[in-house]
Amino acid sequence: MLSTLLGIRSLAKRGLAGWLVLFGCIITGAIVIMTLVSPLIVPHNPSTINVGPLLSPPTSQFPLGTDDIGRDMLSRVIAGGGVMLQVAVVSVLACVLVGVPLGLFASHTGGLVDRFVSLIMDSIYAFPGLILAIAIALVLGRGVINMALSITVVYIPSYFRVIRSQVLSIKELPYVEAANAAGAKKRTILLRYILPNVLPSIVVVATVNFADAILTAAGLTFIGMGVPVNVADWGWDLSNGQKLLASGSWWVIAFPGIMIILLALGFSFMGEGLSELLNPRLEQEGD
Amino acid sequence: MSQDEILRVENLTKYYPVEKSFLEKAFARSKHFVKAVDNVSFTVKRGEIFTLAGESGCGKTTTGKIVVRLISPTSGKIFFNNIEITELKNEELRMLKRKMQIIFQDPYASFNPRMKIGETVGHPLTIHGLAEGDEKRKRVAELLDRVGLTPAEKFVDLYPHQMSGGQRQRAAMARSLILQPEFIVADEPVSMIDVSLRTAIVDLMLNLRKDFGLTYLFITHDLAIAKYISDRIGIMYLGRIVELGDKETIFSNPIHPYTQALLAAIPVPDPDRKRKVTELIGDVPSAINIPSGCRFHTRCRYAKHECGKEEPKLVEVSSGHFVACPSNSELGSKFAEN
Amino acid sequence: MASPLLSVNELTVEYWTRRGRVRAVDDVSFSISKSETLGVVGESGSGKSTLGLSLIGLVPFPGRITKGKVFLKDKEVCTMCAEELRNLRGTEVCYVFQDPMTSLNPVKKIGSHFVELIQTHEPKVSKEEALERARKLLKDVGIQPERVNDYPHQLSGGMRQRVMIALAIALNPSVVVADEPTTALDVIVQSKILDLLHSLRDSYGMALILITHDLSIVMERSNKIMIMYAGQMVEYAPSGEVYSNPEHPYAIGLLKSIPNIELSDQKLEAIPGSPPDLLNPPTGCRFWPRCNQAFDRCQKETPPLFKTGPEHYVRCFLYDAEREP
Repeated sequence: MLSTLLGIRSLAKRGLAGWLVLFGCIITGAIVIMTLVSPLIVPHNPSTINVGPLLSPPTSQFPLGTDDIGRDMLSRVIAGGGVMLQVAVVSVLACVLVGVPLGLFASHTGGLVDRFVSLIMDSIYAFPGLILAIAIALVLGRGVINMALSITVVYIPSYFRVIRSQVLSIKELPYVEAANAAGAKKRTILLRYILPNVLPSIVVVATVNFADAILTAAGLTFIGMGVPVNVADWGWDLSNGQKLLASGSWWVIAFPGIMIILLALGFSFMGEGLSELLNPRLEQEGD
Repeated sequence: MSQDEILRVENLTKYYPVEKSFLEKAFARSKHFVKAVDNVSFTVKRGEIFTLAGESGCGKTTTGKIVVRLISPTSGKIFFNNIEITELKNEELRMLKRKMQIIFQDPYASFNPRMKIGETVGHPLTIHGLAEGDEKRKRVAELLDRVGLTPAEKFVDLYPHQMSGGQRQRAAMARSLILQPEFIVADEPVSMIDVSLRTAIVDLMLNLRKDFGLTYLFITHDLAIAKYISDRIGIMYLGRIVELGDKETIFSNPIHPYTQALLAAIPVPDPDRKRKVTELIGDVPSAINIPSGCRFHTRCRYAKHECGKEEPKLVEVSSGHFVACPSNSELGSKFAEN
Repeated sequence: MASPLLSVNELTVEYWTRRGRVRAVDDVSFSISKSETLGVVGESGSGKSTLGLSLIGLVPFPGRITKGKVFLKDKEVCTMCAEELRNLRGTEVCYVFQDPMTSLNPVKKIGSHFVELIQTHEPKVSKEEALERARKLLKDVGIQPERVNDYPHQLSGGMRQRVMIALAIALNPSVVVADEPTTALDVIVQSKILDLLHSLRDSYGMALILITHDLSIVMERSNKIMIMYAGQMVEYAPSGEVYSNPEHPYAIGLLKSIPNIELSDQKLEAIPGSPPDLLNPPTGCRFWPRCNQAFDRCQKETPPLFKTGPEHYVRCFLYDAEREP
């Protein structure tokens, strides 16, 4: 507890970037906790129909209104982040586990191998993310894992490129040369000299990746590629709410939409702030 | 090769192909090279400090890195302790690295920002399986003390960014010594350090030579430091050695016009000194288009027609003093008078 | 002697950083007249670059001039508004930056740099006229006039620095401040550039302020030398006197630690320790931790400048005339 407090204080000292990270962590943290404890705090079961009047605007009894089959929007908003977070976590993890070693390996090996892998990565990267995700999801079918997979494939190239460019620039630095001069094996150099210095950028890409994954998952669900109908999900509510918007029922789309934006923003803030904080701390002397 | 010689370099070259666009590569007839090192030969005697001096781009740093096998030469041979090391690979190369070490120019970039100094200095011991745990800690502490980073316990746990440039260079020296090498290449070790701290580092190097029986290949563009520390000096220009000899001779009787221009240009902290203005025509040519014949002739005011024809060889004009200038013997006496 | 072109009185510049206040320049005073060269010597952290920038009002954020005055031809610079300062730069005071590689705009021809400069300060001048002046200036600095049409990357480092100098003198400034103009250059080019700066100084009658860490450069060519340490002026005297009779222990130490190629068998002596952290400078005299002649008073009080000759000033208690030996 104490160390977290201390951590916060030192973050705040770092200026705007520190505040961004702090803010981002708070928002994301709050949403994650809310989702985790949702079964305990929802006033009604988010999937139960006819809990209240159909399409009721926000009232004191149903603060966020109800949807067209009488489900409580507040409960749906509290519980609706689950799928999205799962998809995001799984896909980011998969991306890191695949993209990072791939990037390290290709750039450290160099030569034709590097060229070949880069070519594949660049081709994937050239596709608009959402469209590619949709295409893959179409092939794989519905479900959390499949959604996660399609997002993973789309985002691996981002990790690859960042890692690769970092490794290539670090490889030329004198301290890597020094390790070489001392007789270190290639593997040692990679693990002890290159990887620790590449880690910060991985963290940054991961947080931005999270934000993107959230939005893509929402998008996939929105067009119907996502989860089974029963599970409360913001993306699903977005899709449903859009149909209801024409008749003036704005609350079905608005609140889940705000939550999605908040979650994505939270991760983005973290990413932006971290990227500034973790940038070269090399202090050069000179006046 | 006598027992006296620890290093011998023969006809070393390093050519870098010039990067070209796809179209150029497809249609080009001849290849262009950056001739960073172009046929360099010299020897270094055991226990001496041999300096390669010259301006930027002359190839001295590249030569130094080739000698410790960080870069492989395009052609030529390197002999260390009578054994040819040009083609060594794998395990043999790693064993060699225990005997030859290098200190880099940039004290800021030559340390892993994520490793503590103690770890960095001790890492070579782990790499070669020479010591672990307490033994390793002991050796690291001893060396840190020896290079002036006392108390060692304090410095062992510091990260590079917590130390000054001068301190980092001392740590660099500790790192290079931990494997107990015989030979160290020092690549501009003080050019990025504050002026008032340079002497301390240079003196440290001299003391270490005495205590550890080291031989140095010293690389610098600062001839004033070169004069202070060297036993013998080789002046490089555009990838070649143009003059070579012991320190006194080079400074009192420089024969090659480039050496003379170089020495005349060095600022001296004496307001009353009369400057010997030596006019050099134009700028240093690109290393891709090295002038024909004597590579210096395009800037030399003594240049004659013959100078552009044949590349001059290093010729011994007096004991241990070599010059690569076609009419050097006549010119030699002419220059000495100026 | 003519009235000084530039005079600086008790100038103090502080940086207000997140980690605390750093006094980069502390109580610096000097003056410089026509056709004179002042050499400002110091190492990293000495404040010399900040001093140079403050002379043209270009101290970067979060730095500010907190005390003292800068007078250019009797006009006070510090109180000028941004507009006046901008007019001043280039016409009265000009700055030559350290790194010629990055100081020129790579996508503009050399000529365009001149045209932009000239037209900013003299809007009535036509492009053709400006280019003509550019050609003449290039010739003055030893570059073929045709190279107005080249891009910066087509010129070598030495040539780029010469272009920078030509730009600096284009509008006939009274004072040129050159901050490490030759550090990035080789020694032969360096010699030429310094010769150039001085011949231009003579023919244009400018005052030249040379900021550098290399004492050797300024010894040879300056009229006066100011040695800075940790933001303070520790010795200020004609160069001949600094060479023959250095007084401040730091100056003495510096001279003893610089290799001089004209001396044989030189014994160099190092100055122990390292330059201080300006966030936490030593109390009293900032040099005392490294000084082999320090005594009690040095740690307690900051020494003022003592006058030891008609133009020789030292910031050291050893020269306090009233002190008991």
